[in-house]
Amino acid sequence: MAAVPALMPVLAEMLLAVAGMALLLFGVFRGDRATRLIAWLTVAVFGAAFLAVVGPASAPGAALEGLFVVDRFAVFMKTLVLIGAALTLIMSLGYIRRENMERFEFPVLMLFATLGMLMMISANDLIALYMGLELQSLALYVVAAFRRDSLRSTEAGLKYFVLGALASGMLLYGCSLVYGFTGTTRFEVLADLFGPGGAGVSTGVVVGMVFIAAGLAFKVSAVPFHMWTPDVYEGAPTPVAAFFSVAPKIAAVALLLRVMAQPFGDLVAQWQQIVVFISIASMLLGSFAALAQTNIKRLMAYSSIGHIGFALLGLAAGTTEGVRGVILYMAIYLAMNVGCWGCILAMRRQERMVEGIDDLAGLARTNPLMALAMGIFMFSMAGIPPLAGFFAKLYVFLAVIEAGMYTLAVIGVLSSVVAAVYYLRIVKIMYFDEEGDPFDSPVGGELTFIMAGSGLFVLLFFVYPTPLVRGAQAAAAALFP
Amino acid sequence: MTGMLEVGLAHYLTVAAILFTLGIFGIFVNRKNVIIILMSIELMLLAVNINLVAFSTQLGDLVGQVFALFVLTVAAAEAAIGLAIIVVYFRNRGSIEVEDINVMKG
Repeated sequence: MAAVPALMPVLAEMLLAVAGMALLLFGVFRGDRATRLIAWLTVAVFGAAFLAVVGPASAPGAALEGLFVVDRFAVFMKTLVLIGAALTLIMSLGYIRRENMERFEFPVLMLFATLGMLMMISANDLIALYMGLELQSLALYVVAAFRRDSLRSTEAGLKYFVLGALASGMLLYGCSLVYGFTGTTRFEVLADLFGPGGAGVSTGVVVGMVFIAAGLAFKVSAVPFHMWTPDVYEGAPTPVAAFFSVAPKIAAVALLLRVMAQPFGDLVAQWQQIVVFISIASMLLGSFAALAQTNIKRLMAYSSIGHIGFALLGLAAGTTEGVRGVILYMAIYLAMNVGCWGCILAMRRQERMVEGIDDLAGLARTNPLMALAMGIFMFSMAGIPPLAGFFAKLYVFLAVIEAGMYTLAVIGVLSSVVAAVYYLRIVKIMYFDEEGDPFDSPVGGELTFIMAGSGLFVLLFFVYPTPLVRGAQAAAAALFP
Repeated sequence: MTGMLEVGLAHYLTVAAILFTLGIFGIFVNRKNVIIILMSIELMLLAVNINLVAFSTQLGDLVGQVFALFVLTVAAAEAAIGLAIIVVYFRNRGSIEVEDINVMKG
């Protein structure tokens, strides 16, 4: 009798996969009336998966013949992804009901996308990486086009699909070259080959690595592979854009970190220039292009491109401190972004969503609490102390300076000053401009809860940052054995 | 037959590289129809498969062929989703000309 393989490390993923199929069947039998129930069940499944990730499945080790690996890094990033996915799903409940897109596939697709993200984070092999990435992407293409009667939503889905498939193709071409020139797809074998005493690095491998980096840069929407982001964020339904800006981005950053630090860890000299370039270009474009935006969703898209640039600064440093900075940045980015999208979802007049930045005019008088929350998120994203966003940038810049890359740090600080202009412009519009019609109230319990929760986190992070910093430290240390 | 060119790994890689480049150009240069973009994507993935299978034979290692099978499966799913998105888009816009996909700038 064959021994039962040790599947404990895969517990959370199996839970999600089985629950996804069960909920899909349940939805088929009950129809769209059950959407709300299925959405809450999906949130419960995310909660259960979270418990599995931090509990029984958290012991470091490999599973599935070594294709799947669990370490402190994977555990930390998976908790972030699950929190982001659960919060954005809760935020979307009111929206999908009002906007007439209450179909039971919506939460199930988000569940499958999240499953793909968890697989990506734990991938320890090029094939596993590709399968996780595709599971995520295929589900996201559909979610982006989920309002199938809306031209903008379907156009967003189409653009996302075409450019996403292009990125997958580049990534895959890179994988095939790396496989061909090394004879393996395993991350640890690749690391041994490139390490001291290994077979060394051929040009084919470097070309392959560049293709893989390009494919992943697309998934994190870093310049010069960012062109899809503003259109997709603007066109996709607002809660979907909120989901896009947190969970898949965190998962893709995690994948980028793992691929660069583990299999290609000894090729720092080769990839460092690429990451430095991507990071500088993203910071500058994110800061300058956002200045001219009038649509808040587009603004958030450019803002997220800029944030990715800042986060990648840490990877460009190529040290454990740098990676700790990236991980911490993603955790704080999650809180700021979820809260901010919560505010955007509350921007409704006469039951219709409004998306102009001007629509926020005078919010401080019509809805002072929401204006306060939005103000906190904007100050935090601008990196103003003592809010959480300041610490996110601080840790990244510290790592860059310790690595002796002063020019990079200076460019980073300068572009964060430029970025502050448009964040503060929103604060100015909310507090000093002539007020328009008030937004619909009440905004709904779920949104209030999320805005208040993330607002308090961002505001009070500085009081007790130790657990998060220590978690990020342990996660980064796991990546550099 | 003596004197005839031996087909080796380099030839397969060259063909794959040409097909892959054609695929990328098909996406960016094509200004006519979205279906052509879908075909270009397929071309890219097939170029990758040629690469994988050629390497797999050269290395005497089956992993490349397993990878190619996975890529084929995913490519099928991707084409299905792509076509579905094109259909819903066509219902809204009444056209799938690449130049008409411009409601949002960018």
